[in-house]
Amino acid sequence: MEIERRRLGPAGAGGARVPAPHEQPRTPEEFRAKALKARDLLRGDLQGRDLEEFVEQSVFTTTLEKGLNWGRSNSIFPATFGLACCAIEMMSMITARTDLARFGAEALRASPRQADLLILSGRVSIKMAPVVRRLYDQMLEPKWVIAMGACSSSGGMFHNYAVVQGADKFMPVDIHVPGCPPRPEALLHGFNKLQRMIRGRPDLGWRQRYNATGTEEWARLEPGSPSPEAIEAAARAIESTRVAKPSAPEPRTPGSEAEDVRVDGEAGGGGTDA
Amino acid sequence: MAKPGAVVPMPDAPGLELIAQEINAAQPGAVTETALENDHATLIVDPAHVLAALRWLRDTEGQRYTFLSSLHAADYLPATPRFAVHYELLSRDRTERLNVKALLADPAAGSPNGHRVARASAPEPRTPGSEAEDVRVDGEAVPLPTIDSCVELFPTAEFQEREAYDMFGITFAGHPDLRRILMPEDYVGWPQRRDFPVGGEPVLFTHNEIETPRWFE
Amino acid sequence: MAEQRLRDEVAEDERVLTERGVAPEIEDPTAPLVQAGARIERPPDIEGELEPEQELMTINMGPHHPATHGVLRLIVTLRGEEVLDLKPVVGYVHTGIEKNCEDKAYWKVIPYVERMDYLAYFFNMEAFCGTVERLLEIEIPDRAKYLRVIHMELNRLHSHLVWLGTSALDVGAISMFWYCFRERDKILDLFEMSAGQRMHTRYFQVGGVFEDIPLGYERKLREFIADMPSRIDQYEALLDRNEIFLRRTKGVGAVSRERLLELGVTGPLLRAAGEPWDLRKSMPSLAYCDLDFKIPVGTVGDCYDRYRVRVAEMRESVRIIEQALDGLPEGPWIADERKYVLPPRDELSTSMEALIHHFKLVTEGYRVPPGELYYSIEGPRGELGCFVVADGSAKPARVHFRDPSFTNLQAFRDMCVGGYIADLIANLAMLDPILGGIDR
Repeated sequence: MEIERRRLGPAGAGGARVPAPHEQPRTPEEFRAKALKARDLLRGDLQGRDLEEFVEQSVFTTTLEKGLNWGRSNSIFPATFGLACCAIEMMSMITARTDLARFGAEALRASPRQADLLILSGRVSIKMAPVVRRLYDQMLEPKWVIAMGACSSSGGMFHNYAVVQGADKFMPVDIHVPGCPPRPEALLHGFNKLQRMIRGRPDLGWRQRYNATGTEEWARLEPGSPSPEAIEAAARAIESTRVAKPSAPEPRTPGSEAEDVRVDGEAGGGGTDA
Repeated sequence: MAKPGAVVPMPDAPGLELIAQEINAAQPGAVTETALENDHATLIVDPAHVLAALRWLRDTEGQRYTFLSSLHAADYLPATPRFAVHYELLSRDRTERLNVKALLADPAAGSPNGHRVARASAPEPRTPGSEAEDVRVDGEAVPLPTIDSCVELFPTAEFQEREAYDMFGITFAGHPDLRRILMPEDYVGWPQRRDFPVGGEPVLFTHNEIETPRWFE
Repeated sequence: MAEQRLRDEVAEDERVLTERGVAPEIEDPTAPLVQAGARIERPPDIEGELEPEQELMTINMGPHHPATHGVLRLIVTLRGEEVLDLKPVVGYVHTGIEKNCEDKAYWKVIPYVERMDYLAYFFNMEAFCGTVERLLEIEIPDRAKYLRVIHMELNRLHSHLVWLGTSALDVGAISMFWYCFRERDKILDLFEMSAGQRMHTRYFQVGGVFEDIPLGYERKLREFIADMPSRIDQYEALLDRNEIFLRRTKGVGAVSRERLLELGVTGPLLRAAGEPWDLRKSMPSLAYCDLDFKIPVGTVGDCYDRYRVRVAEMRESVRIIEQALDGLPEGPWIADERKYVLPPRDELSTSMEALIHHFKLVTEGYRVPPGELYYSIEGPRGELGCFVVADGSAKPARVHFRDPSFTNLQAFRDMCVGGYIADLIANLAMLDPILGGIDR
């Protein structure tokens, strides 16, 4: 077998079409060309314009907000908060068979100030409800809540004086996972749905629905670093100088917050918190 | 002594009668009745003498019911007397169970049965809003059924008597720390009484939406 | 200089109080507050003396705390790190199950009571079904007895595995959590195979068990039993001679046997203190009288003994399951009383009586003749008792569970007073409280 070695030029020597920066290689020839360029890079043979093109094609460039969302969704810190039977299945989700760590949520934080996600696993009794609310308030933005199981979603089988009929009577809930108790795989499915929600649109809509904008609590970073609002403003400034995106953002219809996948969603539109 | 199978080991009928007679000899009028049904041996005692009966059962040689398995209350509402406090005793040496049942009338229903009315011996309210008695609309406190606390005899009764107080409103005179254990401290009402409603909220469907239709938008 | 100022102020106070008509209590206002030669703990120019109680700190642990095994709140009075007093506050997961049960037919009560002690759901079911069966005076078939024993011992294994994983996690041996839950998932697979759901299976019914075990169940269970003793060896190898674990648990939280009996404690806590009391041996029911197993008993009653007792119980459970599986009799898996037990489904299309029975049982439920009964079994945490008052209707008039964790919690104060906070955490781990059972 003879291995053909040739250097690929800017116009694509040999007739290969150079794919645009946002396109993936489609044909085997394009793929081979890309592989050869990678080999040249490793050997140190790419120079100048070749190198710039290679970098443009390989590095994931995006707006700051989408990057932040991607990072947030893949590094959620759940709070260790177990109320009742669902807590055992939540522990089971963290352990080896259904492994939550492969989705980046390995670090479970005990303190609510260091946690992103509150999984309400179990029935919320009337004595516990103020405590849960206080825990939720102590969490810093951005924060999400999964109501795991029937009891925290709607009171479950306990339709009586002692159980709050659904945790969303006193706190906003993003994902409800049904089951009594839900299988660890079901909870994981809910978790993945939450991740898609975070990536697609980080503001969860409830602040618009209940007119509660301006109620966010942000962590104070070190004195020199920019505040989140400044980061937002910078991101929007960068957005406005770029070329318009290929597809226009879809208008958001009321009541459709539960959708998870937005391919080319709005860039920071609608919500004030990212 | 312990028979395998479905039978719970307990004193048989003549044995039970003997026990009742001996307790009545020691403290007249303590045991009012004996019952033996469903393999469950019960001594029905007068609440005023329940401590004497328990002490006799615990300390007498040959009886030695030294372990209190469970202390629980029950509400037999249409029947009077309305409340009962059950003491499930266990003698570990002979592996025998015996139930002591003290029937209490509800003083608020106005049927005297020889029991003390709760007003004099109710524990003091701890903070305003957590009074030990149900407050009626006209401001009068409703009396609660009272019985002596057996915490000195069986220290295990401490939490269990608190639960009976929390759920039924039965006050135990002499308990070191009688306050609510399962419900919030300032809860008003005795949840497991038969006339207390189960609670919960009406489930919201589209046909009984309380606000404007599609309020969730 | 400071003394002169002090005297002036005291004289001023006396004058003011005398004006108001309140006699001052100081006998000799000029006597020094700190005697000469006394060991001075604070600088002498601080006015007044600090009360001893002011050196104590009362902190609140929970209800949200990573180590409280549920929503248990502890109000702890500390002198430095030493625990002087402890008050547990419970009720944060009180669900009103007992009240809800009064509203439901007897067979609908079964899923409710399952969720009380949520790690020992088969035991909750057995306590309730056993009580109702005795009230109804029906006998369950032998196959059902053995199947119940198998599932209950699997549940005991499951409960002890979760306990071991979370306790080791609390004490610091974090890897144990993953190992124990690996086995636990195998047990849950077995439950799913026989009953359809991993937890809260509603498998026991009054009269026997709901369904017979499926075809591959016995083989899978035998594989599991063959594997399990070596796994328990692995757990012991990790913890038994681990110096940190030994230091944290040996000699910690020992309470005398008599005190535990006074407090009503049962289960592994009592057996670790040296009292060989186990309801499976002293008041056996179901198939326990036919099976040969031992009861592990400790000596000192400290945390290490509790750990060893539970691990030994896991081994005994494996032996019990093996014997029960070997001796599993053929036959019906539920009693034949059509008044209380649903008829088999294939009869519904041919027999009118079966259809009527099915209809009555599902819509109204069976009626239990008036009476009341207390029946208890040995759960993984101690004596689990059920008290049912039946009033002749299709719904129970009162269902009450004597939960072992509720009474065991009363011993917690005795275990922790005098030790450090770290010992409190170890004690709580070894106490194995399940708040669902405590609060019901």
